[in-house]
Amino acid sequence: MSAPRIINENFQRLLWPLVALGLILLFNFLFTPGFINLEIKDGHLFGSMIDILNRGAPVMLLSIGMTLVFATGGIDLSVGAVIAISGALAATIIRPDYVKGVLEYGELRPLLVVVSIPLIVSIIAGLWNGMLVAYVGIQPIIATLILMVAGRGIAQLITKGQIVVFIHEPFQFIGSGFLFGLPFPISIVLFMCAIAYFLTRKTALGMFIEAVGANPVASRFMGVRERWIKISVYMFCGLCSGIAGLIICADIKAADANNAGFLLELDAIASVIIGGTMWGGRYTILGSIIGTLIIQSLTTTILTRGIAPEITLVFKAVVIICVALVQSENFRQIFSSRLAKLKAR
Amino acid sequence: MKLRLNQKNIPILATIAVFILIYMVGSIMYSGFFSLRVFTNLFIDNAFAGVIAVGMTFVIISGGIDLSVGSVVAFVGVLTAKLIHVYHVHPLAVMLIALLFGAVFGFSMGCLIHFFDLPPFLVTLVGYFLARGLAFLISLDAIPIKHPLVDKIVDFGIPLGFRAWLPAVGIIFIIIVLLGIYLSHFTKFGRNVYAIGGNEHSAILMGLPVGRTKVLVYTLNSALCALAGLVYSLYTLSGYPLACVGLELDVIAAVVIGGTLLAGGAGYVEGTLIGVLILGLIQTFITFQGTLSSWWTMIVIGILLFIFILLQRYLSSTSFTTKRQKIKKMVEIQSA
Amino acid sequence: MGGSEIIVQIKGLSKRFPGVMALSNVDLELKRGEIHGLMGENGAGKSTLIKVLTGLYSRDAGEIFLENEPFELHSPEEAPTFGISTVYQEINLIPALSVAENIYIGREPTRFGRIDWKSITARAKKAIKKLDLDIDVTLPVSSFSVAIQQLVAITRALDISGKVLVLDEPTSSLDTAEVEQLFSVMRKLKDDGIAILFITHFIDQAYEITDRITVLRNGELVGQFETEKLPRIELIAKMLGRDVTESQGESGTASGTETIKEKEVFYQIRGMERQGSISAFDLDICTGEVLGLAGLLGSGRTEIARLLFGIDRPQKGETRLEGSAVSISSPRKAIGHYFGFCPEDRKTEGIISDLTVRENIILAIQARNGIFNIIPRKKQDEIVNKFIKALDIKTPGAEQIVNNLSGGNQQKVIIARWLASNPKFLILDEPTRGIDVGAKAEIQKLIKSLSREEGMAILFISSELEEVIRCSDRVAVLRDRNKLAELTGDQIEENAIMHIIASEDVQ
Repeated sequence: MSAPRIINENFQRLLWPLVALGLILLFNFLFTPGFINLEIKDGHLFGSMIDILNRGAPVMLLSIGMTLVFATGGIDLSVGAVIAISGALAATIIRPDYVKGVLEYGELRPLLVVVSIPLIVSIIAGLWNGMLVAYVGIQPIIATLILMVAGRGIAQLITKGQIVVFIHEPFQFIGSGFLFGLPFPISIVLFMCAIAYFLTRKTALGMFIEAVGANPVASRFMGVRERWIKISVYMFCGLCSGIAGLIICADIKAADANNAGFLLELDAIASVIIGGTMWGGRYTILGSIIGTLIIQSLTTTILTRGIAPEITLVFKAVVIICVALVQSENFRQIFSSRLAKLKAR
Repeated sequence: MKLRLNQKNIPILATIAVFILIYMVGSIMYSGFFSLRVFTNLFIDNAFAGVIAVGMTFVIISGGIDLSVGSVVAFVGVLTAKLIHVYHVHPLAVMLIALLFGAVFGFSMGCLIHFFDLPPFLVTLVGYFLARGLAFLISLDAIPIKHPLVDKIVDFGIPLGFRAWLPAVGIIFIIIVLLGIYLSHFTKFGRNVYAIGGNEHSAILMGLPVGRTKVLVYTLNSALCALAGLVYSLYTLSGYPLACVGLELDVIAAVVIGGTLLAGGAGYVEGTLIGVLILGLIQTFITFQGTLSSWWTMIVIGILLFIFILLQRYLSSTSFTTKRQKIKKMVEIQSA
Repeated sequence: MGGSEIIVQIKGLSKRFPGVMALSNVDLELKRGEIHGLMGENGAGKSTLIKVLTGLYSRDAGEIFLENEPFELHSPEEAPTFGISTVYQEINLIPALSVAENIYIGREPTRFGRIDWKSITARAKKAIKKLDLDIDVTLPVSSFSVAIQQLVAITRALDISGKVLVLDEPTSSLDTAEVEQLFSVMRKLKDDGIAILFITHFIDQAYEITDRITVLRNGELVGQFETEKLPRIELIAKMLGRDVTESQGESGTASGTETIKEKEVFYQIRGMERQGSISAFDLDICTGEVLGLAGLLGSGRTEIARLLFGIDRPQKGETRLEGSAVSISSPRKAIGHYFGFCPEDRKTEGIISDLTVRENIILAIQARNGIFNIIPRKKQDEIVNKFIKALDIKTPGAEQIVNNLSGGNQQKVIIARWLASNPKFLILDEPTRGIDVGAKAEIQKLIKSLSREEGMAILFISSELEEVIRCSDRVAVLRDRNKLAELTGDQIEENAIMHIIASEDVQ
């Protein structure tokens, strides 16, 4: 069909998340002084909204990977643990002797090594999850639970239980650098979004993912390679978690195996659900990004009101349950029959 | 009840084997490991986790899961502390309020799961956020608990000889386990839980009260979490909103290692008891070892979890069941 | 023979669903101590009738009497209290629980408030003995074969109430010995005065065990007959809605009097069999030829289709494709050899409801191309529009969600999908089921032109005999999971096929 119609359909799916985000931004515009102020210092952009994007970058990355996993009808609970492992590896590569108590630096490790090894391990973690789901046939919640439990232990093992602090300027750029005026993490998110878009929409992968999630039997009868597709999405999700781990680690200039990425898997899942991706079927990466923005800006809004940020948990709960209810068949039936009764009066 | 080597019982036999193995290795390697004190400490240190695990067993057998347990424990802990310490409400009243909250919380989740057909992991995930958030709403920091009745409870215990004694928390744990065993073997509710987890569609067609049982399971579980929250606050003499983060994973691991099938329909509360003790045993082992750090616990639990999940998967796989079918048929033909 | 007292009387029962009249003015009479067969092809209304009787559906019109009293159920849980129990095809027991517990769950005897296990075991033993069965009731029910499980389900049903027993296709998963075991139990129950309603599609079994047979077709009553007095050929004819004539009836128009050309064998199958599914058969799939599979429901036609397309694996069998040995072990491999398959269950196995018409059509060829070799959007639109036009698919556009299309158009989308892949061999399993007359005719025309003009080999499965006859060049006749015979050219005609199905000497 024609292009305008496709754009229209995608737009419709994103409508509610966009409206929600718009409302939050509007609220801040009206009630938070200086919210939309952007200033340029040393050629870098600063401001509340930039802050939201920056703080939310790791979760946005997670939600990109989680979106694809969700679309195949699965879930990945281990992303937080992979973040911890990724950061732990990066820090220990930079200062391998720190854990033994040696505080002096050796030679500066090449950035390529510092970055690539954690990412390779993260992809292997995704491969592990994918194999359990696709070949051994374990339910995704359970399969990824294993790495969720063991993963943090592995991260602790790498850092020998210590918080490894370091200085490595090239690596730190990932967390605190600026590219074209924007904080580097935002650029990474944009880059990964682009990669995800090209990988899935410019090849047949996106269509296969949606087919496998929506109807695995029919897909198999059409010759779609279900196993490969599932393994690929888990590997991609692992990669996203690995990158998110590097950002977090570079940002605090330390690897905290206990706390890195803590509870972020739940934020990622919340973002995907709010963004409108179907659990097994049509997905929208843009929707998940908007979902993260909603959560992140909610957190910021609450912070600026002086309420403790932990209270956002209550808001997240309410939002998720409302979205889930609206999507639930039974709820819609009850709701529409009530509506019909009201109209009939 | 006879013990048979079939699909249902192999997991719990594996659990018992693992328990004995760890105990033996620990006793051989470290003196003092095989002592009554160590044994009773298993019950004391893991009492609150154990109470939750009993409830979680029923949830998982029914085919569901509950991710909110840690948050509920934390919330009840903070609520208890605030009511006793700040508002000077009598502990007994507070306990009643806590249990009531737990029951209502679980009831709501159960209703959402059953009547709107929402997946349990999603609803209890929401519960996870909600309870934790409410805990922070009550207090951002830890609140101490000081009350003469509380002191009495903490001091109460049964001396067991050999310089060991069983304090109130341990007693509560054992009582709940016994209650769980009774419920699962001797009540219609318990058997219905097994039926629903085994084949919900069949259970409906057989006329069993599926909706009522499912809602009751989550109500019971959250009420037990509330009890565990009370136990936890007795144990730590404080209410802390960040308490028990990640507890749900430990509890689920204990239940799975205890032989309960994650898919539902099979498992024993007795097995969960051993699963909880195994978790405690691993921690004890590592403490005795001295040089290994505590995160090894997580890795070992993860490995055990993996092995048990693989075992469960193999037992329920079609190749295993068709092999058994063939053997069954051969046996039937011979005896005909 | 059966007792003479009527226990259940159904008069003028009607039930309508949106768009279809599932039951229309149906009568049924069930006597105590009789085994009454209920038979009919797909869409006959058998399962609807049962569901109304047992309280799953409410009726729109008609009356039901139980022991001469007017009778109406509002939910299936009430049925046992009135003495009606049903045992379904899928065993409705809890696999991990013991036999005894399965019999008593939901109504366990208690002592001082706790479940009395001793009593349960003892009573279960007694109940199971009534069926002449001797098994350890404390073992989990899943440790027994499907046949035994079924008997346990029957035991539960009868223990709750023992007036009317409805058995819905109980023999589908049983082997010969197990069927005999079930039948001896049924005879014993019959002697005890229980009325048994036995739904089956196996002709042989109907003749072996039933006293009377009621035949339904397209929601209407064809008739009630005494088994002994009903010739097989007549039963089959009534189920198919045909007339039996001794003389030559309508002959097949597919080949008429044309000389049968030497056809090239595209795909040759020898001795393929799959336990519990289909017994050993040979088949030749020839280019430019339509091979029809005729047979009643459950005769093994879909099973053959699934084996040919690689969905199921056979235990035995040799296959040769264009002369060379080959093993089609998965749908992917089949598609790689240019096979196509329109499944019987189009909603769950055919279309992907949430995706668009365009995606549903091009997915198969895209899957063959792989992930990276994406078909450009322009080409996709070209292909899709070509087939929307060629097959006259009624849709507002290619981006319409396929779930919103009518059944007939959904079927056309599936056919379009395979046609787009230029198959050499196309398997069509019930392609015209549930489709309006106009679309049916279009599809039949399409099948013929594909084989004639494009030289495609086609395997055509349909429950409607006249359709199979009209479209096929050759017909293989199946019954009860056996391939009985093959007919070509002039031989293809109704009477011949029905006689083959009815014939008693088989295996």
